[in-house]
Amino acid sequence: MRWLLPLLAALMLVQPATAQDRMPPAPYAYTQLDDPELEEQARELMLTLRCLKCQSQSIADSDAPMAGDMRHQVRTRLAAGESPDEIRAWLVSRYGDYVSYEPQVSATTWPLFVIPIVLLLLAGTVLLRRVGKRGSVEDEGEEPA
Amino acid sequence: MKRLRYSLWIIVGLAAALFGLFAYQLTQPKDEFVESAMVGEPMPDFELPPAVQDRPGLSRADLADGTPKLLNIFASWCIPCAAEAPQLAALERRGANIVGVAIRDRPEDVQRFLAIYGNPFSRIGRDDISEVQLSIGSSGVPETFVIDGSGTITYQHIGDIRDRDVPTLLEELRKAGG
Repeated sequence: MRWLLPLLAALMLVQPATAQDRMPPAPYAYTQLDDPELEEQARELMLTLRCLKCQSQSIADSDAPMAGDMRHQVRTRLAAGESPDEIRAWLVSRYGDYVSYEPQVSATTWPLFVIPIVLLLLAGTVLLRRVGKRGSVEDEGEEPA
Repeated sequence: MKRLRYSLWIIVGLAAALFGLFAYQLTQPKDEFVESAMVGEPMPDFELPPAVQDRPGLSRADLADGTPKLLNIFASWCIPCAAEAPQLAALERRGANIVGVAIRDRPEDVQRFLAIYGNPFSRIGRDDISEVQLSIGSSGVPETFVIDGSGTITYQHIGDIRDRDVPTLLEELRKAGG
């Protein structure tokens, strides 16, 4: 295991290759709102908005500067009296549905909601018919041993 | 028994088709571009202070002055932005009016960047919190928007401008009334 240490040390020296700016984060990127109720709303909303730079994270989870700028927008807009739904709609009008993690029933997404129900109903009927059949066979006492 | 065997093979076939689909989709290159939903919409209202001393700042009014423009979203810390500098210079030489928005950038860094790579911009606004970027649906640097004379966004180019994109952008500018 002696070889492991220099290897780890070398890995620590490798800097991330992504370009970063030198500006401080936006005022409300890491600062919570004073009103705990609004901050709670902001937090809930931020967890369901996609970070556009790091596309599999929410803006609440990401340290990308752009995610910080988006959190700033969410918090200042909430503080200015906008509702979480209005802020989500504002972002969707800029980036499309892609920016929101909240499932929406729309012309293209309705099969996602309908198919599981249809499958459940189908499985339920098949099961009922089989169990029902076996039950009636047992009642008649003709089931082979 | 025979019937059961056939239906089992059908299930195997379906599963194989499903995994085939997974394999195909997993080997497709990922499309990371998030297109702006603001193409065709008027520029939102904004007013940015100048990013450098020798160029004025940028506001919505400057983009609705009758001349179509290229709006370039860039930053000195962005490497592809340096790569597209010759193409921006070529666009300017061929008559394009280019305005810039510097994202999360210090004036001294912008100044140094322009000194090295050239300054094709007639105006540069300073956007320290990506405010204007977010309001026009841009998700990274560099991006270039075509804005017509009335201040409406007519086209979005995502990523650095390559040689082959120059004619496209000039054509889009012409369509926007340039």
